[in-house]
Order: sequence, then C-alpha cells, then structure tokens
Amino acid sequence: MPTKIFAGTPVDTDDEGYLVNHAQWNKDVAAALAAEEGITLTDSHWKILDFIDKDFKERGAVPGMRRMNKIGNIATKDLYSLFPDGPIKKAAKISGYPKPASCV
Amino acid sequence: MKTLLILGAGTGGTMMASHLRKKLPGNEWNIRIIDRALDHYYQPGFLFMPFGIYSEKDVYRPMGRVIPKGVEYTEAEVDRVDADANRVLLKNGNAAGYDILIVATGVHPEPEQVEGMAGPDWRKNIHEFYTFEGAKALAARLKSWKGGRLVVHVCEMPIKCPVAPLEFCFLADAWLTQHGLRDKTDISYVTPLSGAFTKPVASGILGRLLGEKRISVVHDFAIARVDPEDHRMVSWDEKEVTYDLLVTVPPNMGDPMIERSGLGDEMNFVPTDKHTLQSKAHKNIFVIGDATDVPTSKAGSVAHFECEVLTENILGHIRGEELTAHFDGHANCFIESGHGKGFLLDFNYDQEPLTGTFPFPVVGPMKLLSESRLNHLGKMAFKWIYWNVLLPGLPIPFVGHKMSMAGKNLPSKAA
Repeated sequence: MPTKIFAGTPVDTDDEGYLVNHAQWNKDVAAALAAEEGITLTDSHWKILDFIDKDFKERGAVPGMRRMNKIGNIATKDLYSLFPDGPIKKAAKISGYPKPASCV
Repeated sequence: MKTLLILGAGTGGTMMASHLRKKLPGNEWNIRIIDRALDHYYQPGFLFMPFGIYSEKDVYRPMGRVIPKGVEYTEAEVDRVDADANRVLLKNGNAAGYDILIVATGVHPEPEQVEGMAGPDWRKNIHEFYTFEGAKALAARLKSWKGGRLVVHVCEMPIKCPVAPLEFCFLADAWLTQHGLRDKTDISYVTPLSGAFTKPVASGILGRLLGEKRISVVHDFAIARVDPEDHRMVSWDEKEVTYDLLVTVPPNMGDPMIERSGLGDEMNFVPTDKHTLQSKAHKNIFVIGDATDVPTSKAGSVAHFECEVLTENILGHIRGEELTAHFDGHANCFIESGHGKGFLLDFNYDQEPLTGTFPFPVVGPMKLLSESRLNHLGKMAFKWIYWNVLLPGLPIPFVGHKMSMAGKNLPSKAA
C-alpha cells in the first residue's frame, strides 16, 4: 500500500491514489491532493467537497452526478469546469473517499 | 383475509406472484398484481428484433397467459403509494390496501433527460432498443441502412442489462457483414466508462473483441447534449461524436410513481437492504429487480435469483421472524457476440466476472467469458426457459441464487 507525504503527514493510498483511511484526511491534505490534479481549491470547490463529505457520512457512498444535481443543487457544468476530466472521481479523491464504485 | 400486493407485472413481479401463490394459503392471502400493461414482454428479445432474429410475436404474450392462477390482476396506473396508510392510490381514483407490498416497477429509458435527445432526430436517426416500440422502429430503420457512421452509445450508468449495448455492437457487425454493408459502415461504441465494461477482466476481454471486430471505442464520454441538426453528441467537456445513426441507451430511471410516493432516491430507485431486499424505510415493503438500488446488475437473472431470497424473507416476515435469507448480488448473463457465438458472465457483489466453466468445473458445459457456440445456444434456449420455467416459478437445475466459485479461474489465471 503506497504511503505519500501530504502537508507533512504520511497518508495511505491505494494504487490509484485514493485515500484508504479517511481519518488521515484534512483540509491541507485535500489541498495537496488537489494540487496533484492541477487544481487550486476555491470556495466553489469546497461547496462540492463539503456535500460529498456530508453525503458520504450519511449514506456510505460517494454521490453520483444526479445526486449532486438533485440533492446537492450542483450543476453538472460547474462540476466539469471545477474538476475537469472526470469530476466525480477527482472530487471523491480530493475529498479523501474511495473511487466511486461502478456496478456491473 | 390479508393482501399481498405487487406493483409491476414484469419479470420480478410475475415470478414473485408465482412463487408466493404456491406458498401462501389461498384462504388466508389474496395476491394481487397491478400494472398498466396489457402484455408481458420478454425484454431480452428486444435486442434481436432490429436484426430480424426475433419477430414481434416472439417477445410478448397477453398478460392473461402469464399471470399465475389464483392471482388477481388489475390493469391500472399507480398514482402513488401511501406507505403510512398501507395503501396504493390509483390514477383512476381507486385505492388498493395491502398488508405486504412488493415494488417491482423496474426501470425505464428516459431520453428527455438529455438535452436534444428526444428532439426532431428521435426515432429518425436516434434510436433505442430497450422498449418494444424502440426495437420495432430500429428494425425498420436498419432496413433502409446503406452505410455510414453507426454509433452505439450509453448515456450513463446504471442501465438495465449493461452488456446489451456491447451485444448490439457485435450483432450489428455480423448483420452488416451478412448484408454486404460492413465495409461501408464505421461502428463506434461510446461509453461513459473508462473501458468497454465496468470490471477489469471482462473489460479487457470484451475490449479486445471490439478491436478484433473493427469497432472503435470512445470512453469517458459523458453526454451533455445532442445537436439533432448536425447529428452530433457533445460531452460536458466539449468532445464531439457525429453520427448518421445513433443507437443510444438513454438514462435509465425508476418509475416516476416511486418519486411521487417519496420512496426513492435521486434516480427513483428504492433504497433497499442489499441482502434481505426489504425496503430500508418500511418493514412491510419489499423490492425486487431493477426497482431496487442494490449494487448489482439490472437484469432478469438478478430478479430471478432475488426471487428465491425474497420468497423466504416474506414468509419469515409473515411468521414474525428475523429475515435470514441473504442475496449475494448473483447475476448470470449471456452475451451474444455474433456469427452464432456467445459469452457467459457469472458474478456477484464481491466477485467480478471471471473466465472458467459453468455450472460445473472443467466439464462446463458453458464457458465463462470466452466465445462458444454452446453459449449462443444457451441464450437462444433462454426464451423457452423464460416463458416455461422462470415465470411459472419453477427452479433451474444446478443454478442457485448463491453464486458458486466452482469452475472459475482466479484473476491471476484469468484472461
């Protein structure tokens, strides 16, 4: 299991860079994960990350696009502009949660 | 007299009626199904209609021939479930009470969810094959096909029968070859996934097969809109795919009645315990098949396996016991690969589809995740099995609801 140093703290990740233990996540880690993706976090990013965090704690899963739209009131075009190239996967990674599962 | 009410007379609802009618005493339990349809459709057959393999008559039977004896059928549209009052309100103004409710209302393609999709090109140059009307219209459209850009497309996951669009690609390749049109047709498979399929072993094998058949794959394509004037799809990150004929799988959502009843999530799927199949919100509501949010394939085989578990759990619920039957997410799907051959997948919540033999080690006779003529014959035989074994609630020998690892190659040996 790879260990990375983010914001001076060792963090365990899986092979794709998703945090294995959410307890190791904090806002500095999020900023470092975002920087790896070429993203500088703003309030708009945090609105989305906060929704993922809240929703994951309630349901135990990263919300999909429609849940972001309908429950989080977050427009798809905003997700793509803030987290380009796969916004759900990227936002999940920066939030410190697992890669969203895809059912067969 | 108590009432067990089933909403939906598709695969899951009809099978549950068959199973429970045999188990629940007729003098104690009234079993009633409500659905708006006049006919029952064999939905796996829709895939074959565009290519003339099945005719319209192969895929439906009047509801009266399918509903089990001793089960009351009501043709009506449901307005909503009033779960607090244990009753269902119908659009015709009537109401139906229940002691136990089974929600089996399935999923439906909703092209209106994508900007421009249901516009002027719909059923002209944009088609789908997940409905009887859609498959019929696509069959007519293919008759006039002279070549060009054929794009097979999935809007978003989850969808009913996730292998069906791949099968459509393979069957189109075979059909176009037979009709001397293959060299005049570019086939693309456009998917929101990062590969041909969701799980790594199957994705690798099916991706290679697409390549061998000269079908190009456009992955990670999240559709934002269709521009019907220019016959093109545009993704949220402004990628474009143009088409002469677009065969799409629109977003799949649960019945709007679920939303009106306040029973669903954002996709109108009912939050359901993935092992017991009991609604998370109401102890006397159970859910089966595509109407659930359980994390496995939306497919008839899943509903079939769920039936065995759900029957046990409903009987346990009636006896006031804890629900002990557990569903493991088992799915079993034939994949037509064209030219009289097919694949077979067998998997569950925890185990991705692997290579090997099914149902027995070594002798099979079916082959998992590799092409064989027997797999194709299995798929074609399935129509008879569906009408004569599954819907009447009879068991299929050697294929139980719990997935078996017998005959499966572990990932290091697979592929």
